[in-house]
Amino acid sequence: MPTAIEIFKHLPKKNCGKCNFPTCLAFAMQLANSKAKLEDCPFISEEGKAALAASSAPPIRLVRFGSGQRAVEMGDETELYRHEKRFFHPTAFAVMVSDQMPPEQVRRRAKAINSVRFERVGQTLSFDAVAVKDNSGDASSFALAVEEAASACDLPLVLVSSSPERIRAAASRVAARKPLLHGANQKNLAAMAAVAKDLGCPLVLTEPKGLNEMADLVAKAKAAGAEDLVLDLGAHGLKEQLERSSMVRKLSVKKLFRGLGYPILVEAGTGEGAVLRGMVAVMKYGGLVIFEDISEAQALPLFVLRQNIYTDPQVPIQVKPGLYSVNGAKEDSPILFTTNFSLTYFTVLADIEKSKVPAWLLVVDSEGLSVMTAFSAGKLTPEIVVKALESSAAREKSKAGILVMPGMVSRMSGKLQEQTGMKVIVGPKESSGLPKFLKNLD
Amino acid sequence: MAEVPVPKEKWSGKVGVVSLGATAEEGGSRSRKLTLGGETGMPFLSYEGVMPNRPLIAGEVLDCPGELQEQVRREFGGATEDPVAWAKAWASKGADMICLKLHSTNPEELDCSPEEASQTVLKVLRAVDLPLIVYGSGHEEKDAKVMEAVSNIAPKERLLLGHAEESAYKSIAAAAMANDHAVISFANLDVNLSKQINILLTDFGARKERIVLDPLFAALGMGLEYSYSVMERIRLAALMGDSMLQVPLICDTTSAWKAKEASEELEGHDGLEERAIWWEATTALAALVSGADALIMRSPRAAGVVLRAIDDLNGGA
Repeated sequence: MPTAIEIFKHLPKKNCGKCNFPTCLAFAMQLANSKAKLEDCPFISEEGKAALAASSAPPIRLVRFGSGQRAVEMGDETELYRHEKRFFHPTAFAVMVSDQMPPEQVRRRAKAINSVRFERVGQTLSFDAVAVKDNSGDASSFALAVEEAASACDLPLVLVSSSPERIRAAASRVAARKPLLHGANQKNLAAMAAVAKDLGCPLVLTEPKGLNEMADLVAKAKAAGAEDLVLDLGAHGLKEQLERSSMVRKLSVKKLFRGLGYPILVEAGTGEGAVLRGMVAVMKYGGLVIFEDISEAQALPLFVLRQNIYTDPQVPIQVKPGLYSVNGAKEDSPILFTTNFSLTYFTVLADIEKSKVPAWLLVVDSEGLSVMTAFSAGKLTPEIVVKALESSAAREKSKAGILVMPGMVSRMSGKLQEQTGMKVIVGPKESSGLPKFLKNLD
Repeated sequence: MAEVPVPKEKWSGKVGVVSLGATAEEGGSRSRKLTLGGETGMPFLSYEGVMPNRPLIAGEVLDCPGELQEQVRREFGGATEDPVAWAKAWASKGADMICLKLHSTNPEELDCSPEEASQTVLKVLRAVDLPLIVYGSGHEEKDAKVMEAVSNIAPKERLLLGHAEESAYKSIAAAAMANDHAVISFANLDVNLSKQINILLTDFGARKERIVLDPLFAALGMGLEYSYSVMERIRLAALMGDSMLQVPLICDTTSAWKAKEASEELEGHDGLEERAIWWEATTALAALVSGADALIMRSPRAAGVVLRAIDDLNGGA
């Protein structure tokens, strides 16, 4: 939202009171707080209305491509740092296929990209799009490759070509899939913007020279009727990528500068550098990263980084409740329990591992709260522990009948013993005491 | 042409500098001293401020390798059995510093004496002329004695001793101050606790230019996002003028090797070794982007990736 002073500039300054506020400035202040409507002013000019509507639009435009469930959303971010609120639309990852590959190979590769899946803390991590590149310079080869990729998988498509004719030919065959067109530059802008407008597809603008030149290109694209834009800042190296992306984000969300308020695309290439560019994009304001190629071993760390960075800081990441075997636990190993707040779990797990003592770790569903917080909130009670023991069939796996509880909640040891019938032992208050504790547990 | 304004932030504060290692000029035997910190803007944003000192990488050396990953042992070609050979290997692989962890002193395991352990420190110092970080075993009472011995055996080398935390900082701070070594202040993932330990240390008499802060950098997939945001908040507070947070930050990324994905085969996915390297490199890169001035790393291959990333982030690649 613009500030009251910025709004005030566009008001008629008549102080007529028809908006039910005594002065135009008072009205502007209410508008800035979203407590009044612009339409309540009978004298505002059309230009003023347009200017204010534009400046109250989201600082970074939400751009969608693809169709159906797998459609990708980029942009609509409001923060510079994730702790201020959160980042909303996780950086999307696309992998490239070339139209010089035989159709069979395009199909196989598109399927392979789509089949990379990792399950992690209850989420499926995968690639988000396939980019098809016009390397052949031949309209029918490009269109064929695009069709092959489209029919091989349901992933959204990015069409990469600098030729408006070839992009138009290929995109019209898959227009229902709403591909992202990549795209326009200073030379082909008019024709490319026309394709985007005609087919209703979002458009990538590429301008490596700098942000001034990019702002010009954005203005031209908008004038040509293309609204859904994505910016390829064409950075050489990580420094330029980080700095340009940071400037665009800051200008948009903190300085109310509208000319660059669009998602950012990073062409990562391949190899070690590509992974690094992908990672910087995840942390610093990338909307979409296109890899020419990337191995599974490189993709998983990248996926997990994205999962971490885009976590809502107000909602703790949870571990799946259940019974976990540590250090090769057997029937005679004790059961330790803790909560399913991920940091708690990881700390306790690491400390049990450090002890090298085989043990079962029962993760109780505390709705993601740590031990003390869960206890105070009534999310860690003897009843809840009993339920966790039952639902995980823990006592079938561990027949030792020993239950070790976090020392912080020793107050519930009596009730726990009563309700489980197990030998309840109060563990250390701090997880770091576990190695010593477990070694001495007999 | 459009004139896009440069969104430069006017920060009132800056990060202080800490120098590590002493050359012959200062009575030590290091080939050069290293400087951490000094930033006047957020990490790697040259339009906003300067980052006068490149972030540094300390290669981890354990005096008893214990359950060190087979993959890491192979990277060092067997040198991990001997801390001196291990430290030398790091020097030849481009480490800026050595981080020697004296795990042998753990009273629940080998229980080596402070004297024995400090002899290892001396041997490493004689074999390698890089600045040295020294940790104990993490056992509070024992570390107090070990660090005292370490401080005294190399009184002129300007070591960086790890670490002082709220519940136990006096003995290690005293050990560091006795011979003008630097000390790592440690706090568990919290901006206020970080500030608190620095206040305690300075009240105790430690000079701020001898303090490096470790706010605990959780590894990728193990709470990294908490650490990342805590680091950013500490750095922002420093730039906004909070003097007790205006210290360089150090992150130990060796915890990445504890992650399941870095240490176990995943069904249906090959490339464990490659993945493990990237697990540590990713953890390290996130630490750098959120403000780390120094990293403690386990794998030279991961360190290589990170050194190239630092060059690239500084515009050198």
